[in-house]
Amino acid sequence: MDILFKILIDPFLQMGAMPDLFVQTIWDGFVTGVLYALIALGFVLIFKASGVFNFAQGIMVVFAGLTLVGLYEMGLPAPLAVLVTLGVMFVLALAIERVVLRPLVNQPDIILFMATFGITYFLIGLGELIFGGNPKQMITDQLFLPRGAIEVKMLGGFVQFQKIDIAAAVIAVVMIVALAVFFQKTRIGRALRAVADSHKAALSVGISLNQIWVIVWFTAGIVALVTGIMWGARSDVSFGLQVIALKALPVLILGGFTSVPGAIVGGLIIGIGEKLGEFYWGPLVGGGIESWLAYCIALGFLLFRPQGLFGDKIIERI
Amino acid sequence: MTRTSQSIQKGEVLLAVDQVSLSFGGVKAITDVSFDIRKGEIRAIIGPNGAGKTSMLNVINGFYHPQQGKITFKGQTRSKMRPSVAAAQGIARTFQNVALFKGMSTLDNIMSGRTLKMNSHFFWQCLRHGPAMAEEIRHREFVEDIIDFLEIQAIRKVPVGKLPYGLQKRVELGRALAMEPDLLLLDEPMAGMNLEEKEDMSRFIIDVNTQYGTTIALIEHDMGVVMDLSDRVVVLEYGRKLADGTPDEVKADQSVIDAYLGVAH
Amino acid sequence: MFYRETGQFKTNYAGDMAVFPILQDRIGIALILVVAFVLIPLLGSDFLLSSVMIPFLVFSLASIGLNILTGYTGLISLGTGAFMGVGAYACYKLTTLFPEVNIVVWIVTAGFFSAFVGVLFGLPSLRIKGFYLAVATLAAQFFLQWCFTRIPWLYNYNTSGAIEVGQRTLFGMNVTGPKASLEARYMVLLTLVTVLTWVASNLMHGRIGRSFMAVRDMDIAAELMGIDLLKTKLLAFAVSSFYAGVAGAAMMFLWYGGGEANDAFNINQSFLILFMVIIGGLGSMIGSFFGAAFISMLPTMLKFGLPALGIPLAGATAEHLTYILVGSLIIFFLIVEPHGLARLWQIGKQKLRMWPFPY
Repeated sequence: MDILFKILIDPFLQMGAMPDLFVQTIWDGFVTGVLYALIALGFVLIFKASGVFNFAQGIMVVFAGLTLVGLYEMGLPAPLAVLVTLGVMFVLALAIERVVLRPLVNQPDIILFMATFGITYFLIGLGELIFGGNPKQMITDQLFLPRGAIEVKMLGGFVQFQKIDIAAAVIAVVMIVALAVFFQKTRIGRALRAVADSHKAALSVGISLNQIWVIVWFTAGIVALVTGIMWGARSDVSFGLQVIALKALPVLILGGFTSVPGAIVGGLIIGIGEKLGEFYWGPLVGGGIESWLAYCIALGFLLFRPQGLFGDKIIERI
Repeated sequence: MTRTSQSIQKGEVLLAVDQVSLSFGGVKAITDVSFDIRKGEIRAIIGPNGAGKTSMLNVINGFYHPQQGKITFKGQTRSKMRPSVAAAQGIARTFQNVALFKGMSTLDNIMSGRTLKMNSHFFWQCLRHGPAMAEEIRHREFVEDIIDFLEIQAIRKVPVGKLPYGLQKRVELGRALAMEPDLLLLDEPMAGMNLEEKEDMSRFIIDVNTQYGTTIALIEHDMGVVMDLSDRVVVLEYGRKLADGTPDEVKADQSVIDAYLGVAH
Repeated sequence: MFYRETGQFKTNYAGDMAVFPILQDRIGIALILVVAFVLIPLLGSDFLLSSVMIPFLVFSLASIGLNILTGYTGLISLGTGAFMGVGAYACYKLTTLFPEVNIVVWIVTAGFFSAFVGVLFGLPSLRIKGFYLAVATLAAQFFLQWCFTRIPWLYNYNTSGAIEVGQRTLFGMNVTGPKASLEARYMVLLTLVTVLTWVASNLMHGRIGRSFMAVRDMDIAAELMGIDLLKTKLLAFAVSSFYAGVAGAAMMFLWYGGGEANDAFNINQSFLILFMVIIGGLGSMIGSFFGAAFISMLPTMLKFGLPALGIPLAGATAEHLTYILVGSLIIFFLIVEPHGLARLWQIGKQKLRMWPFPY
């Protein structure tokens, strides 16, 4: 009985007893979730347009952040460093299209998936070779990002909102809106949607797949840079982040590989669920459950909706 | 080759489909269809594209579960059944788009049709000696008979993914035959074939029917083939049964002429 | 000229169904076994045994395991490292509780524990397919890894939080622990790998292998032919995890001689073994060995090979370069031959059959 009480009732009593702490946990989870969602977003873009399960998205985030900081440390002024990093991401997209995607066109999905593993390893090695393996500080001030925290008095206590977290949430929203507009309103966006539906049909109406792939991987690179900045500002920049970046995967299976809203909602569910779980239930088993809770939440959802939250129901045909 | 289940005599009802309806969401694929298949006959299911023919086969071998109606096979009635159970009861089939195991050789594909009949213990499988090897050889002999029958000796060890379409269809038939089915469902066995290949395939179908006494239900678009091969024909349109009878009766049926066969007949 | 099957007729099905129907292949295998069992332990240096052969054998076993799941049954798993860990910890607990039973028995038995855990995490595979399943196996990876570090009972409450391998003997010789000779460890490992490879090859050539491949190639058709999907997939998980478990136990007891889960059984280990399977060749026994050899020896070769060629390398730079090279080579091999080294080997053999008159 005692154990049932501890699992089923006690955590909720704690939430009720200290509502300010509860709100704080939710907020922390929310911000983490937004960052997960951003990684997942880059992934969804690529999966939709090229059908590639891009395992390297998390690494691209770290790589972009590392390049930015590294360039700044080499003496470039911050705005220029951002521009050059964007250039690097573009070259990366170009190179991936030319060296990896083009020769592997028409191969089975798993082969392309493995190729992104190759990209992952390559980027880790390259990043560390050029910029060194030590964790770096994100250049928060130089990018005009706010520091410090706002303390709000509510619910009989204080809830702390880091300014950088607020900024992250706002920037994420802006970026998602911008992407939505880009997809819905522009010519390239229409081409992207066509490619997502059917490669062959898109080719037959004269859309250049190679061009689209470069654009999509570059867009994913931009998303990666923004995510990298935000994430770097909250902790530090190093390839140690790659395990955290893997958390985008449960977000994806929750939201479905092809759904942008799915990535966002999935990110929030995973982020908040994981923080609540760690804070209220974690101590029961010795803590540290953050490392796997996300996967189990996603797995639980999958058992009931194998196609993800926003995926279409699959009717199998033969 | 000896047949095991002879409890149902030739000419009696082997499978009865009773008022089956199937829908996907709001789309009705099959509405209230009843017909039967008698032991030893060749039964054709025809109809325009989208008439629900393939869905009907899927219902019969348990891949789709109909919302209404029931199916009686060998005297046992069921409404829901897993495909593997249907296979164990003696229903085998081929597919409209060839569904072979592309990474495996012709021999392995047909051998996999014997899976249900093989039961040597996991332990012996690990050693690949004793009972496991004896069983393997026994079934290999059976499979070689089928290979001879279908005249595909030369491609025994070729991965089926590399075979031309006509041969793939033949291997697929072989795989279904390896299951020694009581009821064989053929989904467009001659689609995409040239005249010569069609003649070959027709001959195989008739031989299977006469030599092994296997009951066959087939879907086919080539009316000439259907009318020549089959004992009885059921016509579907928009998921409903339009007509049912011998080829001559169906040919004479006014609603079939209107809906399907057109003025040519 | 020498590699030709002309004139080798089979007069019964048993002969035709042999794993190596061609005489030259059988001679080749015999030669390899002689070299591995006799020449290498007699003549090989310590470096060859400890840095090349033992890692290669351990990884071969793990890749065979993953190949059964991914290559033969078509289920991608990113949790191999964790299943190896289950084997290692099971073996550790067993030999601590019953030290009088021979360690080799426990290494093999540990595989069954791993198989059981594998089945548990394989359960979702009926409803989840493809990449979704791959991500689902990450749950196994992270959950099990967490268990290894957070449940002190598993590592016998050692202050180090790691497995500490004690001394165990076989036929009066030390085979584990600090006093065990390299040769003894190598021979035990080699015997394990040889026997288990033979078993895996037997399984894959029979009914079970065929049903695995049927599920991989077209699961719907397999089901309509009477192959029970859930049972088949779970069996694949069980067999695969068994091999991973034995590999993990062997890794701890015969190679590392003790260590901690976060180092030995982490997600990178899972990835590495997946690389081996893909580079070696999906659905190929010999490919598992090729892949294991390639990936396990690459860092060693870079570390010692490049300086030998006169290219100096600092430790950290070597590591970074290894990453870059491994990454590039993966992409390179996927482009050159997506079916892996095993396919290249096959093509080579085909050429050899024709040589020197290719018409």
